[in-house]
Amino acid sequence: MGRFLSFRLLGAAVVLLAKSFVIFALIGLMPGDPIDLMINANPETTPEQMAHLRAIYGVDQSIWLRYVHWLTDALGGDFGFSRIQHRPVLDIVIPALGNTLILTGVAFVISTVLAITLGTLAALRRGSWVDRTINLFAFAGISVPSFWLGLLFIYVFAVKLGWLPAGGMPRPEQGWRGMAAHLALPVATLVIVEVGGLTRYARSAMIEVLGQDFIRTARAKGLTNQRMLLRHALRNALIPVLTLIALQLGGLFSGAALTEAMFAWRGMGRLILEAILGNDYNLALVCLLFVTATILLANILADIAYTWLDPRISLGGRRK
Amino acid sequence: MSEAAVSVWQLRWRRLRRDWPALAGAGVLVALYLACRAAPWLEDWLGVSGVETDLLSRFEPADGQHWLGSDEAGRDELCRLLRGGQVSLSIGFMAALGSSLVGTVIGACAGYFRGKVDMVLMRFTDFVLALPGLPVLIILAAIDLTKLGFSQDFVRSGDAGYWRIVAIVTLLGWTTVARLVRAATLALAEREFVLAARAQGASAWRVLWVHVLPNAISPVIVATTLRMGGVLLTESALSFLGVGIQPPATSWGSMLTNAQELIATAPLLAIYPGALVLVSVIAINFFGDGLQSAFDPRSDPG
Repeated sequence: MGRFLSFRLLGAAVVLLAKSFVIFALIGLMPGDPIDLMINANPETTPEQMAHLRAIYGVDQSIWLRYVHWLTDALGGDFGFSRIQHRPVLDIVIPALGNTLILTGVAFVISTVLAITLGTLAALRRGSWVDRTINLFAFAGISVPSFWLGLLFIYVFAVKLGWLPAGGMPRPEQGWRGMAAHLALPVATLVIVEVGGLTRYARSAMIEVLGQDFIRTARAKGLTNQRMLLRHALRNALIPVLTLIALQLGGLFSGAALTEAMFAWRGMGRLILEAILGNDYNLALVCLLFVTATILLANILADIAYTWLDPRISLGGRRK
Repeated sequence: MSEAAVSVWQLRWRRLRRDWPALAGAGVLVALYLACRAAPWLEDWLGVSGVETDLLSRFEPADGQHWLGSDEAGRDELCRLLRGGQVSLSIGFMAALGSSLVGTVIGACAGYFRGKVDMVLMRFTDFVLALPGLPVLIILAAIDLTKLGFSQDFVRSGDAGYWRIVAIVTLLGWTTVARLVRAATLALAEREFVLAARAQGASAWRVLWVHVLPNAISPVIVATTLRMGGVLLTESALSFLGVGIQPPATSWGSMLTNAQELIATAPLLAIYPGALVLVSVIAINFFGDGLQSAFDPRSDPG
């Protein structure tokens, strides 16, 4: 276990390093470097001043030199300043992380519980109208553009009915009620979008388990339906579902970008969009690397969850 | 006809024929596509335009001439939706096809040549898979193509906007198919008929093209279909954020660019394009799901 973990963590670190370069290079290809923006702001800049500015900011150097320079600073704990907000990058990222975790965490718990419940129901009543309704709901959730769904919610619940705020962050003095009111619409959007795929997955896992011999044995022993379901079926059906959930943890920080943007929720996803669209190089880079790191960690976590939940699988070779 | 003479594709068609949600999905898609192709004809007939702006007739309600009213620049909303649909559906189709082609080549090479080739290609697949999708797509969509050596004229043209979206969605979307094809190739490469072909001196390309790929194609067809739905969603998100299809070109996503302002003033204009995306993606998913069960030998025979 220890050896496996250190091996995988080392691998993830190498991948992260490679990704940091790729993202660094890609951002460098975006239009408008910081100097262009300054020149736009002050049209009287002379060519000498431009060259001087480029030298100060290091934009005239090759991509490799700039990357090595950035990397040494980053490894020393200096992630640089945000161009737009004029604050150290970490000061901006950390509160955004907290906000995102509140939003995606609540949505994640609700959609997981809902998906397992709906998936089990559909599997037990396979082919009935319950199954078909749940299936249609799941398909609709997978197929809806999340930002458009958010927009509909804003229109109905904020503009028309006026029940809930259209977006923004709750003020501290509003207490838990304010928090709940501001969370309701973005959480509902995220849950509907996330729950579909997970429900379908839970349903097929449950159907597979229900067809197995040990379920027949449990039934033959005369167990009640409820006991059979909880002790035997659900436990086994949850194994593949939980690994999928572990994989989805990777999307916790960036997966809600559009929803956050739509509801003006000051989280990581919105921060990433703003940083990229506003040419805030340092900020975008750090955010993206952080998000990538969580995706890689979630993959490792999924592998561990696999072996932990199903002792038949060893960490050496993953079962297909 | 005797049972033995029924080909596997006939069997699959029999199963699909009974799957009414899948057929309905296919029907809706074909109908939408035909309606979109008919946009110029409809414009002539009604005497309206989905392209020309007319600032004297902004936000007109629906009537006999403007069936769905007119938009914020006085264009006919219905015709604009149909013209946008042409672009959106065609991007979905092209990018899904592109992803599958790239994925098939990479997966087949990895599965057939194995060893170091397999290791390098699969690490690369993992690498692409673990990129944060939407943010990287936005960066790719915003990249200044002149810095990559493309001419100014090309970059400014409408074609560039279209092909850029197709290219970047392909670039990040091939991983699923690569994994599917690799697994199928690995399994097929050990079978007798492949060994026999190799023993007769068939080249790697011939073995892959004639013996392996035709037997590995069904999951790829399903994945391509489902991928098309994913591409439609991605395109709408990118265009909504302003980095997708650029005006004067129109797509369902780009019609939603101003949706946040429109929802307060003319909510229907913000609802139509998204509803069409939703309907097409649901139709695609139902059809793909039907294909999957029709191709799966474990499901009930037709």
